[in-house]
Amino acid sequence: MIQTNTLTWSDTWYMAPELALVVATLVLAALDLALPRRTNRDWIGWGALAGLVAAGVFVGWHIHDLRSAAGAGEQTYHSLLGGSYRIDDFGNLLKLIFLGASALLVLASLGTVKREDVPIKGEFYYLFLPAVVGAMVMASSADLITLFLGMELLGITSYILVGVRKRTGVSGEAAFKYVVTGGTASAFILYGMSFLYGLTGSTNLGAIRGALGGAAADSRALIYAAFFLLIVGFALKLALAPFHAWAPDVYQGAPTPVTSFLAVVAKGAVFAMAYRLFLNTAYFQTDDSRLRGDVFLALAVLAAAAMIVGIAGALKQQSAKRLLALSGVANAGVLLVPLALDVTDLHASLFSEFLYYFIAYVFMNVGAFAVLTVILRDAGSDKLSAFAGLYHRAPWTAVAMTALLCSLAGLPITGGFFGKLFILFASVQTKAYWLAAILLATTVVSYYVYFSFIRQMYMRTGDTDGKVAVPVPAGIVIWLSAAATVALGLAPKPVLDWVGGVYSLAVDFVAR
Amino acid sequence: MFANVPVLSLIIWLPLLGSLVVLLLPGRSGGAIRWAGISFTFVSMVLAFGLYASYLPLAGGGEFAEHGSWLSVPLNTEVMQDTSVTSYRLAFDYSLGVDGISMPLVLLTGIVASMASLASVHIFKRQKTYFSLFLLLQTGMYGVFLARDVIWFFIFFELTLIPMFFLIGIWGYYGREKAANRFLVYNGLGSAVMLLAFLILIATLGFASVQTDGGIELTFSGSYDTMLANLADPNAAAHQAGAWLLSDNLQWAAFILLLVAFGIKLPIFPFHTWMLKVHAEAPPPVVMIHSGILLKMGVYGLIRFAAFLLPAQLHSWSAVLAVLGVINILYGAVLACAQKEFKLVLAYSSISHMGIVLLGIASLNETGFEGAVYQAVSHGLISALLFLIVGSLHERTGTTRIDELGGLARAVPFTAGILLTAGLASLGLPGLSGFIGEFLSFLGLFSTMKALTAIGTIGVLLAAVYMLRSVLAMTYGPLPEKLAGLKEARFIETLPMVVLTAFIVLLGIYPSLLTDLMQHGFDGLLRELQTGVGG
Repeated sequence: MIQTNTLTWSDTWYMAPELALVVATLVLAALDLALPRRTNRDWIGWGALAGLVAAGVFVGWHIHDLRSAAGAGEQTYHSLLGGSYRIDDFGNLLKLIFLGASALLVLASLGTVKREDVPIKGEFYYLFLPAVVGAMVMASSADLITLFLGMELLGITSYILVGVRKRTGVSGEAAFKYVVTGGTASAFILYGMSFLYGLTGSTNLGAIRGALGGAAADSRALIYAAFFLLIVGFALKLALAPFHAWAPDVYQGAPTPVTSFLAVVAKGAVFAMAYRLFLNTAYFQTDDSRLRGDVFLALAVLAAAAMIVGIAGALKQQSAKRLLALSGVANAGVLLVPLALDVTDLHASLFSEFLYYFIAYVFMNVGAFAVLTVILRDAGSDKLSAFAGLYHRAPWTAVAMTALLCSLAGLPITGGFFGKLFILFASVQTKAYWLAAILLATTVVSYYVYFSFIRQMYMRTGDTDGKVAVPVPAGIVIWLSAAATVALGLAPKPVLDWVGGVYSLAVDFVAR
Repeated sequence: MFANVPVLSLIIWLPLLGSLVVLLLPGRSGGAIRWAGISFTFVSMVLAFGLYASYLPLAGGGEFAEHGSWLSVPLNTEVMQDTSVTSYRLAFDYSLGVDGISMPLVLLTGIVASMASLASVHIFKRQKTYFSLFLLLQTGMYGVFLARDVIWFFIFFELTLIPMFFLIGIWGYYGREKAANRFLVYNGLGSAVMLLAFLILIATLGFASVQTDGGIELTFSGSYDTMLANLADPNAAAHQAGAWLLSDNLQWAAFILLLVAFGIKLPIFPFHTWMLKVHAEAPPPVVMIHSGILLKMGVYGLIRFAAFLLPAQLHSWSAVLAVLGVINILYGAVLACAQKEFKLVLAYSSISHMGIVLLGIASLNETGFEGAVYQAVSHGLISALLFLIVGSLHERTGTTRIDELGGLARAVPFTAGILLTAGLASLGLPGLSGFIGEFLSFLGLFSTMKALTAIGTIGVLLAAVYMLRSVLAMTYGPLPEKLAGLKEARFIETLPMVVLTAFIVLLGIYPSLLTDLMQHGFDGLLRELQTGVGG
């Protein structure tokens, strides 16, 4: 039974954030064509920033609307397009983070991205917008088709963004690698989805959940195949070990703001999709605890492998970008831990732990990559030794970077510390002691990794004594990120209360 | 004296304020930075003494306890079967307290930190950064001894890690970076292991279910007092079959994790290599703090958490602890006899002396426990004094190798005299503080394990051998030619030497200053050991 569900006028209001970005993209693309060559393309960047902020305002509005609906005892989600698209708190929270992170990235690029490096600056700026639309669609979909569409929209735009330094060899190489691995991942995911559809007869997540129990009884092997393919696909997209080999190359070749986008928004969007999919399908199959247990176990093993391999690979890394790429692999493992923990009576709140650490992760990565942009602009190299003597050459930036690194290493008092603490407590509470032990062990090793920056900044002298010029927008992003990281550590309560108050497992995940 | 004044918070946070003040001072005004650093250090010490003056052992310091709600994370109750649950939270509160065990260590921190701040006048490189880190370190140290929530304890513990890494890595000697790295990785490992143990305890002992009019309120709490109360209460969830049961296996896991965590800090024998590097490479004022206070955080943690929260495990493993202690004593003492570098003699002697602390804890009686803390305080003072002298000698001679020094008694009689006193204190001469700590610890252990006590005392003999060998070689004999123009210590250097010596003598001849303080500190633990465990 196929219903035709067109977008009605009333739906456009719910889609306003996405539509705002689409409109902004079209306007900026037209402007980029129309403006004379000599005009500074930074204006396009400011335009993209405005579009992101406008979309963010709409999302904030929706959150507010849903809150007042909850206050009045009404339904706290809106289902559009025949149940394939949902406006709910899970999606809205993540959208807000994606938009905020992208806005910070674009802001940090203004003034640091040079025309010699990126010849097509106009495209560079406005292509962020459709990528974010893709991420937002992934966070809001309740249907396999729309999920996949969102993923491809995000994927294809980011392939272009990675290759945007078109005169640089490594950039082309990175783009090619990203296309190939991204395509492979999509193929795995799509194949897995096709099994789910074939077994349950629906692409809607709610309907799949209803039919999965019966299907599992009949054809268990196929269900396992479906989940195996999905998990491999997600692992490739998230660069979880052992599917992470592309990440250092791609991260290194891409322009730094794009690297940061891949590390933060693209990764977050895939996590959003994984949450929707796994929570709606595998997790609530209470009558089939074996399937559930196996999916959890597979995810837990992946998380552990990512933490171990990521941080071990980062140990001997001399390139700052590759180091951060591998730290991203390890952090993806940490972020996967809440998803991989069994749901019990006592422990169902997987999402607050995930979201808190994700917010901290966003700030520390955006900040660290912004510092890297500044260093790259100054030294022209992303070697760790480019950080030598930074404390004398740009003291405030060095101090901000120290806060960000402490957060990455999970030291108090930072957001990264509490993020890891909550995830750790969750794993101890669900008695997954081995996972907690691996998380802790990799954290200790990561001290050594992140302190290699600190050694360079404080204990070595650089080749020059000259001050490092920090462009104002990048400086703002660096300090905003560092301040947010420390604020998350000093007062984690507001964010957690907010997430806890807004989000509901039953309403947001059990899609209808 | 401190009615309605949050004195514990002041002691902890004033150094942090000082750290910010130092950061705001202009970098060129070295004098102002130094005096700001020293005065903020002294303010906390004075407050610590004020606290001591108004502390009543019988009351157990309850009137100083501070408590404020800090972090309360709502946990999801959506899939919970029991619908009468109204609140389900993870709560970490800001709670501070002082008792007979932490009071002596807070005093020690005040004294040693203040004297180390005076000794820091030799530091000319990047003074501003130095003093701001130095003050930050103090916040961490006071916090460790005063925190009464395991998560705050952990935060303060980590807070000592970061400044120490910089203090070693920037102001140390030639091998400073390697020493800083090793310090970071070992102690990072220690705190990770500690955190896992704490989380196990929070998820079991820290759980409380309170029936109110509205329904049931469930809370996971990091509060030490809650954990103690749950431990003593046979009806607590941690003792019932169910999700919160602190099973035997979990108890053992937590105990061993804590033993490793604090064993690295203490340090216990196989985990000691990092501490040798730090002793040899860090600048003298930082070693004063490190050897004088940071190692004592291991003693404190072992008693406060491993012993008080897991008394059954302590009871069954007391022999293991005693054996570990004896290994530490003998290993440290034998290797100290063979060192050519005075700093390493002191480092190995620290290992040996910290072994005596383990013996005190292993004795399971009040005498032994008091001996352990007494030994910790006394060793803190003595090693701080020794490293103060090391710093002042190194400043003048450029070396602290025993074979390159000699005849100091003639060249710098005052410093040499203090060195001799400190050496005698270290080898446990009666009348000085080292004797009391060792005597009480051995006495405590003697009532339970006579053979091990006898073997342990060999360490005291060896202490006399290595201490006298190195100190006499340095103070007497011919003065090497290149040291001919040696100048005596300045006033700013002699002041901390005199103060530390005074405390060592005072504690040596009047031990009840500390033992009275500790009188009721171990009551709870002893009760648990006698009744709860039974044997």
